Amino acid sequence: MKASDRETRTDGGVTEDDLFNRTGTLSKRTRKERWADAFNLKVVAPLRILAGDARGVIGISLLTFVVLLGTVGPLVVKQPTTLDAELWAPPFQSLDYPLGTAALGQQVHRQIVHTTPAVLLMILSGAVFSMFVGTAVGTVAGYKSGRLDYLLMMFSDTMMTIPALPLVVVLAAFYRPSDPLIVGVILGINNWPGLARTVRSEVLSMREEDVIEAARVMGLSDTRIVRKYIIRNLMPYITVNFAFSSRRIIFEGIGLYFIGVLGGASKTWGVIMQEAYDTSDLTNIGQLHWLVFPMLMIVILVLGLILTAQAMDQLWNVRLRARHAQDGDASHGEHD
Amino acid sequence: MANYYVKRVAHAVIVFMIVTTIAFALIRLMPFGPMEMVRMRVAQQMSTSGSFSAEELERVNNLVEVYTNINPEKSIPEAYLDYMVQIFIYQDFGRSIYFSEPVGPFMLRRMQWSLFISVYGLALGRTTSLLFGAAMAYKEGSRFDQTLTGISILNRTVPFYIVGIIFLIIFAFNLEWFPSGGLYNRDYTPGVNLQYMSSIVHHAALPVIASFIAGFGGALAYRGNCIRELGKGYIRVGHLRGISDTRIAIRYVGRNSLLPIYTGLVIGMATVFSSSIILEKIFSYPAMGLATLQALNNRDYPLLMGAFLFFTLLTLLGVLIADLTYGIIDPRVKGGDERESF
Repeated sequence: MKASDRETRTDGGVTEDDLFNRTGTLSKRTRKERWADAFNLKVVAPLRILAGDARGVIGISLLTFVVLLGTVGPLVVKQPTTLDAELWAPPFQSLDYPLGTAALGQQVHRQIVHTTPAVLLMILSGAVFSMFVGTAVGTVAGYKSGRLDYLLMMFSDTMMTIPALPLVVVLAAFYRPSDPLIVGVILGINNWPGLARTVRSEVLSMREEDVIEAARVMGLSDTRIVRKYIIRNLMPYITVNFAFSSRRIIFEGIGLYFIGVLGGASKTWGVIMQEAYDTSDLTNIGQLHWLVFPMLMIVILVLGLILTAQAMDQLWNVRLRARHAQDGDASHGEHD
Repeated sequence: MANYYVKRVAHAVIVFMIVTTIAFALIRLMPFGPMEMVRMRVAQQMSTSGSFSAEELERVNNLVEVYTNINPEKSIPEAYLDYMVQIFIYQDFGRSIYFSEPVGPFMLRRMQWSLFISVYGLALGRTTSLLFGAAMAYKEGSRFDQTLTGISILNRTVPFYIVGIIFLIIFAFNLEWFPSGGLYNRDYTPGVNLQYMSSIVHHAALPVIASFIAGFGGALAYRGNCIRELGKGYIRVGHLRGISDTRIAIRYVGRNSLLPIYTGLVIGMATVFSSSIILEKIFSYPAMGLATLQALNNRDYPLLMGAFLFFTLLTLLGVLIADLTYGIIDPRVKGGDERESF
């Protein structure tokens, strides 16, 4: 009942507790509290779950290490110089060049730091691209079904059969893609159909469920149903796919840089490997560190990705997340 | 059921036509694309002076057509039709500039070597990884299982070419047990004789091992599926009925755990084929992948486009085989689509 209504009462009577005037016993939560709760559930709980799993801890630390190397690293570490330091210095001997030096005295650690941003950009663009396109195509095809499904799957089948490596080689013939962002997307083009297929088959079984039917009867819009009920349940597939498509893009991308198909202005670990492979005496163990460290970087990055993805699997488990939220009713309810 | 097969094959043909169209578009429509380049090359070879008579121009155009299957004089729809007819009816992929021979037969000759190393590597890699996966599932939680799980994760983090490079450095450059490149020793005459054949094996050993690593995969996924399948009721019923353990392991557990990963495994083979570009470069193994790179470095566009279509065809065949054989291992697949559309 509105305040103005109450004022018009002139007989002095006060509207007591009529049923429709009750505001309920729940105290109204301030915006701050709501934000705190959301933060608790969305940030604190996931971190706690990851911290409770050895794979999560190792994976996240490896990833953080590489990301820091690629973002903060270039600001802190200077550009590699030539003929400034001792030639072929072995690793772990000097603080000036902890990873040793190469044929022309280039500091290997500086080379690695300054090539990391390009690698990260390549992975990010490719994996994000294939994640978005794959999820979008898969959900629409599975949810809408019918002719649209057929056309979208036809399109994704066509994309799947275009082999990424030969495509990059062909493109490199008349246009040398040196921007890592573009290389990533090209390598991603036959990466998304796999995700699209998985997502589609999941959505196909999900769309027959009662929740979805009820939502449709209630007249919720398709976008809302897809966003609220379908995409959420797909998150495990999407994160795992993100890790695996990143892995594939690293492998193929670095491989192409290594065999000299890509290159030009942007350098990646693959270019270092190529220089090292072509320049150093491969029978001399004192020169192998130049080749080994970039290889090690690939392994570190991919290991980080895979371990994190495995640990992330548990993140999408709603019950587990509720139990790990700092306080609130959910955690009590779970233990009962 | 026959309808299902017809549908899949028709689908594959349509997809290949789409990809061929893309290839045509790349050649014909790109500014300074392959056709322009070939034309400039031919023109340079023919004349030292800058200008052409009409007659010479016609000869240039004819040569361009020989090389790329596309006559620059014709309109785009006409040229497109010609291109498709050449590829689908006459299997004519044009003529290589660098190797100066028709692209089709050249690719066929190179392809056998690529297939030789890939197929052996793949067959060995896939079989062992599946066997390991099943063994790990049966011994779940044991030290054997833990060790192999660790190895499998490691295998997924190390790209095959790194393994290849390391093997090359150890076994070819340092120990000199294996050659570092080539198809076979040139001293021996090709034919059915022991020296020649053992020389082939000797040269292929390292590339096959590397492609074994590339083809090794799916062990972990298979292990997971097997464990899930082993816990199901019908396996217990099978045991109670007195069906032998081998039969249960192969026909019940093995087959049903294979279904979810089967398509992925077969399509993955196509990826291994196209990774031969990196593999053959590292091992200097002059087969299809290396030819593609040489085509790139020498701007041999006809060969490059041919190789592109060739790798696409391989992938397409992989997908088609996966689709067609899936019906055999899983009889439940239905061709029809009776879902409601909304």
